[in-house]
Amino acid sequence: MSNLGKYNLAFMNAFEISEDQLTGLKYQDIEAWDSVGHMQLVAELEDAFDIMMDTDDIIDLSSYEKGQKILSKEEYGVEF
Amino acid sequence: MIFEEILSIHPYSLDKDEKEKLLTGRLLKLTKLHQEKCLEYARILESIHFDADKVNSYTDLPFLPVRLFKELELKSVSKEDVVKTMTSSGTTGQTVSKIYLDRTTSSNQQKTMVKIVSEFTGSGRMPMIIIDCPSVVKNRTMFSARGAGILGFSIFGSTKIYAFDDDMKLDIEGVKKFLDKFQGQKILLFGFTFMIWQHFYKELLRLEEDGITFDLSNGILIHGGGWKKLVSEMVNPEEFHKKLKDVCGLENIHDYYGMVEQTGCIYMECECGYLHASIFSDVITRRPIDFYECDIGETGIIQVVSTIPESYPGHSLLTEDEGTILGIDNCPCGRKGKYFKINGRLKNAEIRGCSDTYADKFKS
Repeated sequence: MSNLGKYNLAFMNAFEISEDQLTGLKYQDIEAWDSVGHMQLVAELEDAFDIMMDTDDIIDLSSYEKGQKILSKEEYGVEF
Repeated sequence: MIFEEILSIHPYSLDKDEKEKLLTGRLLKLTKLHQEKCLEYARILESIHFDADKVNSYTDLPFLPVRLFKELELKSVSKEDVVKTMTSSGTTGQTVSKIYLDRTTSSNQQKTMVKIVSEFTGSGRMPMIIIDCPSVVKNRTMFSARGAGILGFSIFGSTKIYAFDDDMKLDIEGVKKFLDKFQGQKILLFGFTFMIWQHFYKELLRLEEDGITFDLSNGILIHGGGWKKLVSEMVNPEEFHKKLKDVCGLENIHDYYGMVEQTGCIYMECECGYLHASIFSDVITRRPIDFYECDIGETGIIQVVSTIPESYPGHSLLTEDEGTILGIDNCPCGRKGKYFKINGRLKNAEIRGCSDTYADKFKS
C-alpha cells in the first residue's frame, strides 16, 4: 500500500470515517477526533509507519494536512 | 504577551521579578478579556469596583472562589466554540464544577502540561502503566478530572496498559508481561495517590508474601489527587515513598498538585520533596482573616493563577486548600519560582480531588 493509503487508513480506522471525509479534517471537527481519538490516531500512525512520534509533534498534529507535514519531517521520513 | 511566547520559555527559568512582570501582563490581559466576554464575570468585577489601572502586580487581581464554577456556568466563548466540558471529581451527591474549553484553551493546557512534566521525565515517550481502570476514560463528552488527568499524561506513553480491570483488581499477568517486555527501559507510571496505595501497593505487598514480586526500579511514578484518606491511615509522603521502594524498588516518585479548574498548570514535586510553580502559573497564600498575602513560611489559603484560561474566567482562583510557601527561586533542586507544601483542605471544605473523592467510598 502507498504511504498515502496507509496514512488515510490510519485516520479511517481511528475515527471510523470514510475516505471522502479526510480532506480538510481538523482536530475536534468530528466527535471521534477528541483527545481520546487523538491518541488512537497517534497509535494507528505509529503502527502503520513503525515510528515513535515526539510529544511536540503529537500536539501539533491538528489536521489531516498538518499530519502529512509532520510525518514528512526527516526524523520520520515518510514520503507522500 | 500571547501564550505562544510563554510556551517558548523554559518552565523554571525565570526569577521572581521576571516572572512577576510576565504574569502581571498576561493575567491583566486575561482579566480584561473575561470582563468583556463573560457577563457574570463583568458583574462581579463591577460589584467590587475593579479598576485595571490600579493593578501593579498580578497579586492585586481579583480572585473567584473555586466553588463558583459549581454554582454558575461561567464561560467566555459561545456555546458553539466549546469543544470539551470538564468536570471536577466530586463525591456522590456533590455538585461538580463545569469548566468549558474551546480549542485554544484545551490545546494550551496539553502543551503546558507536556512542557512542565518533560522537565521531570525528559521529553521522550516511555512504556506507560496507568494505575487505574480503563472505564475512567469511557465517557468522552463529559470528562471527569480523573479521566482528564489520565488522558493528559497518556501522551508520554508509547505503549500503554491499565494496571487494573474495571473492578480495580490488579492485572497481575498483564503487568508482569509488560514489565518483561520492556525490561531495562525507563517506565512511566501514572495514577492517583489513594488508588495506588489501596489497589496497587497493598496488592503488591500481599503478592510478595506469596513470592510474586515486581521490579519497578526503572520506573518513574507521577501521582496526584490528594492525601486526605492516606493521612487518616497515618501514611505520609515519606512513608508512601519508603513503602513503594521496599515492595517494588520504585524510587523515582513525583506527587503533583493541580485542579480541573486550571488543568495544564500542574505543580510537580521535585527531588527535594517540594511542589514547584512553573512560569505558567503561581500560588499565592492568603491570610483567612483579611486575605492579605502571607509571608514565606506562613500557612494560608491557597490562591492559584494560571496564564492558560481564555474560554472561561478561571485565571485567578481562591482554592479551599491550605498551604505554605517555603521559598522563592532558591530550592536546592535548582528550579526557580516558588516552592511550597500543601497542608490539606480547609476545615468544612468539601471533599474533592481524584484520589480523595474515590477514597470517600472506603469510609470505615
